[in-house]
Amino acid sequence: MSQATTVPDVPGPAPTKSTGPRKLTKAEQRAVDAKTRLSSPWASVIAIVIAILWSVPTLGLFVTSFRPEIDIRTSGWWTFFGDPAVTWANYDAVLYGGSTNFIDVFVNTIVITLPAVIIPITLALLAAYAFAWLDFPGRNMLFVAVFALQIVPIQITMIPLLTQYNNWGIVGSFWPVWLSHTIFALPLAIFLLHNFMMDIPRSLIEAARVDGAGHVKIFFQVLLPLLVPAIAAFGIFQFLWVWNDLLVGLVFGSSPDVAPLTVRLADLTGTRGTAWHLLSAGAFVAMVVPVTVFLLLQRYFVRGLLAGGVKG
Amino acid sequence: MEFLLSTGTPVEKFIVMGIAILLFVAVMALVLFLTDRPRMPQWITVLAFLGPAALLVVFGLVYPAIVTMINSFQGDSGRDWVGLSNYAEVFGSPALRVVLLNTLLWVLLVPLVSTAVGLVYAVLVDRTRFEKLAKTLVFLPMAISMVGASIIWKFVYDFKPTSQPQTGLANQLLVWLGFDSQQFLLTWPWNTFFLIAVMVWIQSGFAMTILSASIKAIPDDIIEAAKLDGVTNWQMFRSVTVPSIRPAVVVVVTTIAMATLKVFDIVFTMTGGNFDTSIVANEFYTRSFVRAETGIGATLAVLLFVMVIPIVVYNVRQMKLAEEQR
Repeated sequence: MSQATTVPDVPGPAPTKSTGPRKLTKAEQRAVDAKTRLSSPWASVIAIVIAILWSVPTLGLFVTSFRPEIDIRTSGWWTFFGDPAVTWANYDAVLYGGSTNFIDVFVNTIVITLPAVIIPITLALLAAYAFAWLDFPGRNMLFVAVFALQIVPIQITMIPLLTQYNNWGIVGSFWPVWLSHTIFALPLAIFLLHNFMMDIPRSLIEAARVDGAGHVKIFFQVLLPLLVPAIAAFGIFQFLWVWNDLLVGLVFGSSPDVAPLTVRLADLTGTRGTAWHLLSAGAFVAMVVPVTVFLLLQRYFVRGLLAGGVKG
Repeated sequence: MEFLLSTGTPVEKFIVMGIAILLFVAVMALVLFLTDRPRMPQWITVLAFLGPAALLVVFGLVYPAIVTMINSFQGDSGRDWVGLSNYAEVFGSPALRVVLLNTLLWVLLVPLVSTAVGLVYAVLVDRTRFEKLAKTLVFLPMAISMVGASIIWKFVYDFKPTSQPQTGLANQLLVWLGFDSQQFLLTWPWNTFFLIAVMVWIQSGFAMTILSASIKAIPDDIIEAAKLDGVTNWQMFRSVTVPSIRPAVVVVVTTIAMATLKVFDIVFTMTGGNFDTSIVANEFYTRSFVRAETGIGATLAVLLFVMVIPIVVYNVRQMKLAEEQR
């Protein structure tokens, strides 16, 4: 996915002082083209309209989360800019209020997310290693089978899984949530990490093997350092997915001791659908961590998307 | 043991989390240590590396899927066989037919509109001065939970009678333009379209990112050759850009379609499936976990599965084709 068009700036025939147009590099040429394209008024209008439609709704809710409750009910958030009145009361109510208590569910979400990211990635790394570098009968067929499991919508697995968890007596704790997230992440994780691993030159592994390194040593000392960007990419992917998940949380972790932010938030829209001072502040409490992670690590996240989406 | 299952205070929760992670690490280390002896037969190594993942996947995906398929032919108690009557009810009852129709609307509209918006936007901001910021703005909804996104849009659609000051942006725009304010989420089929808009809002950034990367990968000489032929911007878009990125478009459309079929957060949060807005994924949840109609729930889950299959098969075939062309 390299698109760097760093064509070296070829020096013209003779660097004269003439004001004649310098030959542009390809990258520059494309930038100029883009400019002419955007100078078409319709194109810029469309681009700006899309950008506004995609950011103003969030901005509106964000502004709302800082307005006094009475203002929220009686006027639109856009009037805020004419008559700004700011309060922390909404966040106070959401975080510490007896009925909402987002601090607790915030902790739940963290406790759910960390193992649900670490465990599937580790297991997937080992499996991907086996598929990429170990020879065994039926390897290709098994790999295709794992890939094909991405077809299975998690809905189809839920009732039987819940029955099992019930039999084991672990319902209402974090364990079913961790276990379910791990299971649901594995097919895609194995597939993506396998793809990344196949990009590592085979000679590197073979050289290590000649030196007498075992699989574990090869895995930790040769492969793992090279795989850090891939692990980061999928890690962010899985992190956002688990943090933002509603369905798994609702089905396997709906007991109040375990319920994540999303479940409490969805609950709030059902029971207090017009309490916008709670909903807006709550939504932003739930957003803070994933949006921060996303903005800081966007590069890796995009890398992960591209590796899974298109190759070439 | 009791402590591991019931946690009250945050400290207890973090301790249990730590134990879970440590336990996992210890077991993995033990397995690897035991299998990494010299002259260990290869199959033991394979088993150690592949075993845990395989076990989980069989326990958590394969076996439950089979059980659910069997359940779809049984009544709600899960003992008596009812043949195809669950399926007959899903396709026969008018309420569930609306659910199927809505699902069809979702799975057609979300991928097409998201991809179109993502593509147009990717082309328009490509290599402009604001490219990075412009892309982040559209991509950001991907980081927000669908519950969060639903709340954001529920607020945009918020209803107040025309005579009162509006709090929802969409209705304020209507009022400013001289129309009456509307209950966007009340009347079928419009409410379904307004819910679909939320999913489009979330997914367009994904489409834009993938398509933008493949637009940038179009070789310069193709673009230059077209320019020498004197094509207009529109011709360039239609005859050079789109054909060059067709494989990426296929992947994006199918990926979004798959995600759309399984998603239920938006409907669940915004309308709870009321006012004829339900879709299969949401109806599955309602039937299985709220109304304890496990037979119908299982049937809906199986239908979801059946609907995903052709999309995935198509996706895989396109991927193979693209690989062969390389």
